[in-house]
Amino acid sequence: MQLTRRSFLKLTGAAAATATLAGMGLNTASASAAYPLRIKYTKEVPTICTYCGVGCGIICSVRDGVIVNAEGDPDHPINEGTLCSKGSSIFNVSYIYEEKGKPIVNPKRLTKVLYRAPGASDYEEKDWDWALDEIAKRIKDTRDRTLVETVDVGGRQVTVNRTNAINWLGSAWCTGEENYLFHKMARAMGVINIDHCARL
Amino acid sequence: MTNHWNDYQHSDVIMAIGGNTAENHPISMKWIEKARETKGAKLICVDPRLCRTAAVSDIFVPIRPGTNIAYLGGLINYILENEKYHREYVENYTNAPYLINENFSFDENTGLFTGAEDDPVRSATKYDMTDWQYQTDADGNILKDTTLEDPNCSFQLLKKHYSKYTISNISKMTGAPEDTLRDSYEVFSSTGEAGKAGNILYAMGITQFTHGAQNTRAIAIIQLLLGNMGIAGGGVNAQRGQSNVQGATDMAILYHIIPGYNPTPQQTHATLEDYLAATTPEKNWWSNRPKYIVSLLKAFYGDNATDANDYGYEWLPKLDGLDHSHIPAYKYMRDGEVEGMICVADNPLVGGSSSRAKLHYQKNLKWLVSVDVVENETAAFWKGPGMNPAEIDTEVFILPAAFSYEKEGEKANSGRWIQWMWKAQEPPGDAKSDLWIVNEMFKRLKALYEAEGGVVPEQITKMHWDYDGVGGEIDIVKVCMELNGYRVADGSLLTNFVGLADDGSTACGNWLYSGYYNNLENPATKKRIKEKEGIGFNRDWAFAWPLNRRVVYNRASCDLEGKPWNPDVPVIWYDEAEQRWVGNDVPDIPGSWDFEYATENPFIMNPEGVGKLFSIGYQGVGGLRDGPMPTHYEPADSPVPNLLYPQATFNPCSQRFYEDHTVETDEDRQKYPHIATSYRLVEHYQSGSVTRNQPWLNEMMPEMFAEISEEHADELGINNGDYILIESKRLQSSDDGEQGNIKVKACVTKRIKPMLINGELKHLVGMPMHWGFMGMNTGASANDLTPSVGDANTTIPEYKAFLCNVRRAD
Repeated sequence: MQLTRRSFLKLTGAAAATATLAGMGLNTASASAAYPLRIKYTKEVPTICTYCGVGCGIICSVRDGVIVNAEGDPDHPINEGTLCSKGSSIFNVSYIYEEKGKPIVNPKRLTKVLYRAPGASDYEEKDWDWALDEIAKRIKDTRDRTLVETVDVGGRQVTVNRTNAINWLGSAWCTGEENYLFHKMARAMGVINIDHCARL
Repeated sequence: MTNHWNDYQHSDVIMAIGGNTAENHPISMKWIEKARETKGAKLICVDPRLCRTAAVSDIFVPIRPGTNIAYLGGLINYILENEKYHREYVENYTNAPYLINENFSFDENTGLFTGAEDDPVRSATKYDMTDWQYQTDADGNILKDTTLEDPNCSFQLLKKHYSKYTISNISKMTGAPEDTLRDSYEVFSSTGEAGKAGNILYAMGITQFTHGAQNTRAIAIIQLLLGNMGIAGGGVNAQRGQSNVQGATDMAILYHIIPGYNPTPQQTHATLEDYLAATTPEKNWWSNRPKYIVSLLKAFYGDNATDANDYGYEWLPKLDGLDHSHIPAYKYMRDGEVEGMICVADNPLVGGSSSRAKLHYQKNLKWLVSVDVVENETAAFWKGPGMNPAEIDTEVFILPAAFSYEKEGEKANSGRWIQWMWKAQEPPGDAKSDLWIVNEMFKRLKALYEAEGGVVPEQITKMHWDYDGVGGEIDIVKVCMELNGYRVADGSLLTNFVGLADDGSTACGNWLYSGYYNNLENPATKKRIKEKEGIGFNRDWAFAWPLNRRVVYNRASCDLEGKPWNPDVPVIWYDEAEQRWVGNDVPDIPGSWDFEYATENPFIMNPEGVGKLFSIGYQGVGGLRDGPMPTHYEPADSPVPNLLYPQATFNPCSQRFYEDHTVETDEDRQKYPHIATSYRLVEHYQSGSVTRNQPWLNEMMPEMFAEISEEHADELGINNGDYILIESKRLQSSDDGEQGNIKVKACVTKRIKPMLINGELKHLVGMPMHWGFMGMNTGASANDLTPSVGDANTTIPEYKAFLCNVRRAD
């Protein structure tokens, strides 16, 4: 029987521990003895790498609702378990290690709604309800003052329902479902200045 | 991509041009290496630097940034002069035999095609394209010469146009040695033999030019001449730089299209009938457009879309004929017209052209909403370099978002594989998925209009929006069903877009995605069965648009009898016994077409049915505004005159928005004498907003730098690791009124060499584009230097070729 990388790992837990820790630049001989296997008792959740357009598979190992490890999905037909340096580090977006080796939430992650008032030198923390209502008011105010309803095209009044006063910049980070709804929302607002990373 | 990643294993020759695949799409090398190991494939790398791909290539062709058309035009000339083309393919599957109007011509002095006239709106040239048409008989049938000898046939016009693109001329223009050029042309054109596969892969080093679309066209012409389209291991393969840039384009996060590559209505399309009449050809696939548009309007406006009200067509905003991409959108902001911006996971103050100027334009915003996982530079502009917060009245709302593995949904990779991501954990703190955020934002807006009324409230209130799930969450399945398409009568899911109708009986948010969520139990996008036997197409892994087809235009992989050009890697073939097309892929042949029609129309999206060597609009489909054949123009910031066309300089149709913005005079050329380009590093990503906040990646790539040659360093009197100042015309004219620069560390390297351009030695400066003023790891932005001048067709900025000056930082 030819062993796939995956069945090999399943057969040899110690080797798996070595492989994982070696990827982190630790001394594998002593590390495998000193630390328990990080992905022990975890649930595997498959995801797709969020960086380039190759679309590599990543397996997130989750314990008690928290990702404890992320590495290449050996069952994925494109990357077959391999990842680049960014993909291999993707766990770092959520968690970084303190000096003693304990994972903490990456301090640069945004965890609160923030608002910066005109002329202010810092943000205030806000809740979602407040922010969503205020944003709706800003959009409505701008849209209602600037919406062009009709224009004359060759002597004919044409309904155009557009505003040039709002820019919508979207993203290739977002999923298809998210972008579809973003598109619907932007067009519903009459927005015509729409662009994203494909051109930016 | 026309093909997909695993398919690279079938290539005999791979050309990486304008894309450093080993660095920026590292896993692609797995499949390139497989082709090299199993079949002795050759890798050609065309790039200004000895990049990581070049370092492992068989042939490295160093070219000056901005001379891709010269290089590719030289290859076209080589193929034609040495008869390396796939004759049967060219004659039958391209418009090579089609006769072009006799009045069509090209002026080799001015570099202009017939019909050039001034375009005051864009301070550029535009074309009256009347003479850019096929000759037809009285019944409208296109006239052809299958001997390919008529001087007005596409083939002969192409031959004439590229006859000046000799190896000697190309060497002078690009700076590449003649022998290297000849070697690369010989090796790549060897794939013109039936059964051989040549693959051209590219990235932003092809598209981000004032002639970017024509660069891509040049690639397409080569692949058609060599018979490399539709076959395994061939194709025109755009390597997407982001995980869902394919998908975000499919969903039209772009001003000029609505989902599924349908044009955004213009104000000249007063009614749905006007719009469909102007955009629907008589023949071939796009003749289905009315079904896709009516189904899209049904998805948008639900029960409010009826036959009587043109399915809500009046609520779709209509364009004014002007450009609304991000360069002009920021100009509208500078001019005070734009007062609000919603910026979702985007960071133009690092990733956009002339970013220092944009920083100042944002002061004109009344409000800004930023949705992201970190506080990026665009959101933090008010405390950016040179800003005084007390004087900036912009209200900024920052909404914390979930990262990719903290939510579910699909992303489309470069090979059009729509792959599902499962959610691994909750986002931290109050952060929420973008899907939740857009649902809540829209519901609040709709509620406000319902409560207070306003200007044309129907545009918002009539939009179908019903995605709530349980417990305050959004039900993603409802969005998936709408994208996939359903029958309005009973809500049942469609198998694919063949079931779409133009009578309001079906709703579908994006016809190309129809079939991706074809059932609720085991939707195609969630399939995870890796192929055990086959040619690597993995048809049971996820769903590839359209119709789970892995290689588009695959009818062209077979000869006229329906037999594969390469029987070793057959994509599809015609089964005589069963009288139908079968194979390893979903045939790119509509079910209603008979064998003969399919053979005459292998390129089903074109009304002509064949691939275009000579590219013109036909029945409202295709054509580029800057010419039917790619032509060498200099970049907007050019160090040298146009060697081929004495009176021409840069692309006359390029999109120019700012005065005195690029280097066009000899005085400026002396001020900014060095050629510059920008690129990515494997350790960082785009504007760096996410990767510069990760300790492991920062440790690997801790600091912004610029690469310069040893010769250049000697001239400047600097050592590796010294700081240098880089200046460009953009910082001279930026709104802060001072001569600006960026200060970066010099990386003195053999990877960059001075280039011999038409007898003159020019220095090259290379810079990564990932740094900005926010985050754990800050540094100067290369895009402070880049010009906001756009491609003639797409208005993508010319990030990849510009001029600069370099000084020691004392």
